[in-house]
Amino acid sequence: MSALTTIAGANFAADSLSAVPGAAISATAASTTVGNPLLNISIFAGFVAVTLVIVVRASRNNSTAADYYAAGRSFTGPQNGTAIAGDYLSAASFLGICGAIAINGYDGFLYSIGFLVAWLVALLLVAELTRNTGKFTMADVLSFRLKQRPVRLAAATTTLAVCFFYLLAQMAGAGGLVSLLLGINDRLGQSLVISVVGAIMIVYVLVGGMKGTTWVQIVKAGLLIAGALIMTVWVLALHGFNLSTLLGAAAARGGEGVLSPGMQYGLTGISRLDFVSLALALVLGTAGLPHVLMRFYTVPTAKEARRSVVWAIWLIGVFYLFTLVLGYGAGALIGAERIKAAPGGVNSAAPLLAFELGGPVLLGLISAVAFATILAVVAGLTITAAASFSHDVYASVLKKGKADPAAEVRVARITVVVIGVLSIAGGIGVQGQNIAFLVALAFAVAASANLPTILYSLYWKRFSTRGALWSMYGGLGSSIILIAFSPVVSGSPTAMIPGVDFHLFPLNNPGLVSIPLGFLLGWLGTVSSQTLENPAIAAEMEVRSLTGYGAEKAADH
Amino acid sequence: MTPGIDTPGIDYEEIEKSSRFVELKKRHRSFVFPLAIGFLVWYLAYVLLADYAHDFMAARVWGNITIGLILGLLQFVSTFAITMAYVSYANRRIDPLAVELRAELENHEGAKP
Repeated sequence: MSALTTIAGANFAADSLSAVPGAAISATAASTTVGNPLLNISIFAGFVAVTLVIVVRASRNNSTAADYYAAGRSFTGPQNGTAIAGDYLSAASFLGICGAIAINGYDGFLYSIGFLVAWLVALLLVAELTRNTGKFTMADVLSFRLKQRPVRLAAATTTLAVCFFYLLAQMAGAGGLVSLLLGINDRLGQSLVISVVGAIMIVYVLVGGMKGTTWVQIVKAGLLIAGALIMTVWVLALHGFNLSTLLGAAAARGGEGVLSPGMQYGLTGISRLDFVSLALALVLGTAGLPHVLMRFYTVPTAKEARRSVVWAIWLIGVFYLFTLVLGYGAGALIGAERIKAAPGGVNSAAPLLAFELGGPVLLGLISAVAFATILAVVAGLTITAAASFSHDVYASVLKKGKADPAAEVRVARITVVVIGVLSIAGGIGVQGQNIAFLVALAFAVAASANLPTILYSLYWKRFSTRGALWSMYGGLGSSIILIAFSPVVSGSPTAMIPGVDFHLFPLNNPGLVSIPLGFLLGWLGTVSSQTLENPAIAAEMEVRSLTGYGAEKAADH
Repeated sequence: MTPGIDTPGIDYEEIEKSSRFVELKKRHRSFVFPLAIGFLVWYLAYVLLADYAHDFMAARVWGNITIGLILGLLQFVSTFAITMAYVSYANRRIDPLAVELRAELENHEGAKP
């Protein structure tokens, strides 16, 4: 397994598992590629050209803060739901899960279930009430009835932390992807590609704002789902449209083990516990991801926010069913040995399957889609981080809420460039590193620092400023500390810092400890508070959150 | 909107105590809380089975279809079903009352500029 494992790491905690003993990371890519790199590049360039035109056209009305951060709240539920799917279905979902199923069988399937079920938390508990009480960022909701400045600062800190860890992983993942798809293996070439990806992303976000970013995600989601559908039908057709036959073929090649759980996590008691920890972080992390929360502000009403999540659940669910077929299809048609031996290792299962089925053209299409995926996800993360910095830190904390909205957007644009440059530099810096911990961290922070505070502020009237601060800083701090002392960073064959061993915490994913801790600290901080929060504002938040009164309306154009 | 400054004429604490708002809150919470707890328990039960009961999950039901695969696919089915159930409930029981209360609040705003 080589650099592409990091792609899987790039997006979702799926990959925090690639750090499980036995799964390798990092290393530089192998020397061969599949298909025709020139064709892959041309198709990808075509995607960039088309989306750039869309972004420029979409940007014509980007004048106010609501336009820039929330696309004028003008998207419909189905459009936003497709964009959410585009934001969420990453290279990890596609390459990572297909590969995991192809190699480890059933255990790969477990990831996709966690990713999907997580959306019920967003649908039932978070999406609509968040839409009704916030404006642009997660901090709007959290600071509604608590002390503005400290809570905003804490929420902005966790938002920026999640976005930055996630971004870095994506950028480094881009380097691994090119080695497989474009045949660029040297460090300089990969650095160049990372810079190009970063530059395109900066242009998208700078020019297009939220509207442009959303369209890029919609186009990408359409391509990804269509590509996966074609391959799924193809694989099923080869097996007489009979799932049992397909499973039998996969088992004949990969062994009986692929049909039942345990090939990956069943190894030791610790790896089993690690899976429980990951499962918890997955199901509770999604609704606390700031770039997911921010998408709820791009629709005009709470009802549309609900419709968006419903669309997202259908698209994401159907897509994961496709990956089940694709993963077993790759296991049956290509075989685990060939996949592991290919450049990119586990993550090459889907591209290899595309090549097997449709030759270089289908491979080129699938590769371009995988690339587009990284672009769309980094664009979404960047605009979320920029909005959080300019809206929460600059306008609310530094300017005490008296910032000129035009200046706020200007700061957001400057932040986009700064974040873009930082993530290019960071992406080049962590190339070839074990970056799975970054993703584990992003999900664990979202689940342990963000979700408790979101749920408490929406549903628990007594919740206090101290509870919010303890929960957010405690969840953030405990996740970072536990990861720093986990086998991901030191003391295992695949550790980020090889050769030393200072690991004290046995699990790769901190969720099992840090998530309950985040909830506990929020409760403890609240019950120990001497000062009561203003009950009038708490009542206002409750009334508004349920009725939608006073919620930010769609901008007129 | 900054809380508390742009809606001077509205006594939110009064509204919060009003019978219809209490009813709205009850309808919302009495539906989403049990459902949220239900799906989380079902998901965790599945995770623990997949993690610790390999033989049970590996048992064949039909052809190469195992209990594990069926339970996994049932997670998809339950997710889709809960989604549709919630949408239907919200459309019937939550939205009409919320819209009614919102309209009254907006009228109130118009009466006291």
